[in-house]
Amino acid sequence: MPEPAANQAIARSSGRIADRAWTGYLRPDGRKGIRNHLLVVYTVECASFVAQEIARDEPDTHVIGFPGCYDNDYAIRVMLALATHPNIGGVLAVGLGCEYTQPHRIAEAVRASGRPAESFFIQEHGGTRTSVAYGKELLASLRARAAEGAVKVPMTWADLTIGAECGGSDGTSGLAGNPVVGRAFDRLVDLGGSAIFEEVVEMIGLRDLMISRAVSPQAAQQLGATYDKMLSYCKAVRQYSVAPGNFAGGLTTIEEKSMGAFAKGGSRRIQGVIRVSERPPHPGLWILDSVPDEHFMQFGYTNPNDTEGIMDLIAAGAQIVLFITGRGSVIGSAVAPLIKVTGNTRTYRNMTEDMDFNAGRVLSGELTMDEAAAELMDLIADVASGQPSKPERLGHREFFLMYKHQDVPSLEAGCRA
Amino acid sequence: MQTATSAFQVHDQDNVATLLGEAAAGALLQIVGPAGRHNLTAREKIELGHKVALATIPEGAPIVKFGIVIGIAMRPIARGEWVHLHNCRSRLDERSGHFDVHTGEPGDNAYA
Repeated sequence: MPEPAANQAIARSSGRIADRAWTGYLRPDGRKGIRNHLLVVYTVECASFVAQEIARDEPDTHVIGFPGCYDNDYAIRVMLALATHPNIGGVLAVGLGCEYTQPHRIAEAVRASGRPAESFFIQEHGGTRTSVAYGKELLASLRARAAEGAVKVPMTWADLTIGAECGGSDGTSGLAGNPVVGRAFDRLVDLGGSAIFEEVVEMIGLRDLMISRAVSPQAAQQLGATYDKMLSYCKAVRQYSVAPGNFAGGLTTIEEKSMGAFAKGGSRRIQGVIRVSERPPHPGLWILDSVPDEHFMQFGYTNPNDTEGIMDLIAAGAQIVLFITGRGSVIGSAVAPLIKVTGNTRTYRNMTEDMDFNAGRVLSGELTMDEAAAELMDLIADVASGQPSKPERLGHREFFLMYKHQDVPSLEAGCRA
Repeated sequence: MQTATSAFQVHDQDNVATLLGEAAAGALLQIVGPAGRHNLTAREKIELGHKVALATIPEGAPIVKFGIVIGIAMRPIARGEWVHLHNCRSRLDERSGHFDVHTGEPGDNAYA
């Protein structure tokens, strides 16, 4: 890859990037959002149609929810983390009426965060049409209160948490897409921001490398334990995080894919490991562990699809997620914008309507790695300033959540009635 | 005159390089990377993002990319050969060795 040493244009542009600022929304917990969305949360699959209909033709309203009737502490934590995310201004929780997860408990937790929230059971408000009409009334009232309560404040890099996820990786991902994101992560961390990457199941064979990046002995211990749990999990389920499209794109083994995937973590020290629905305790670079802990039910697949991992990063507080895809993808995400990066110029050309950034220009020699990272940082600042990312513009707001078990002693468990 | 397709060698210890374009059988490849530049002839068609062997690799020997072992040669691999599922296996993942070498499609599920 062409990599000229010093470049004055970069020096100039990096000065400008450090100075970028925009207006965001200050939340009562001190965090700042880059969007002021409303959220509809369904508490069982039976309520999902009504929830989706309530949000239909409401451009500022996203939908999340949990399909299971039996509740799950992990799933409740994820929904609460998203319902109190800095990009969310108000929440409507909708249940059927039979399920374990309680909409009113979700609304209470959201109100305790200083946001307006409402809830209802469909069975107490008639059928589909009456519930949708009632939900839309509540949404209008929430929107007015969220707008009234919105506090606009200046924001900069130190106020941002950015996630990185890769999916549909190919032979270019480890050479261009992920390294460019890693370089942008270095810049973000140097500017005081928080950067989180996940996919521990794509760190196969990299135990020593991970530990060598630890900022402290405690972080090294966390990274080692996370790696060991991941490897025994993958061996137990006999499934590694590598898929047909990865092979078709030239990746031959999980070991090869892992080294490419790890490049999105850049080069800065790793502060430690957070678990799903936890937030980084301080800025810097973090790894998110989404692998299920040992449990008698052994439920919860790790990385069942890209959307789950992206939502895990958003639940950790990421206001924006960078998604690196060599093969190409047509997803977006609820709650926080997704910026899609590809290292494959052919994919960029085929899917220009979906792809935000072509890191393949590094492979053709058009850009150096640093120039590409600077351009990506500018795009991040534009999206943070309110410019819709391509998935946002297309109306994408995918969401996925399934049963899983993780011990999170530091967080309160649950929202059960 | 057509310019040679480039292939990137990430680490100087690597015995494979990743193609940055597509190469036909017999095409000239320009290998670029930290170990410098040299030319190599592709022995078969190799797609963008796929790997070419930079040296003769004996059966059972490690396949090295990014300076780390990414798999083991399942049979002797000649210099200039395509390196993929048909001649390189993971040290951990047993399932993927049975997938279609071109599409990656798994053939081990019964859809019946």
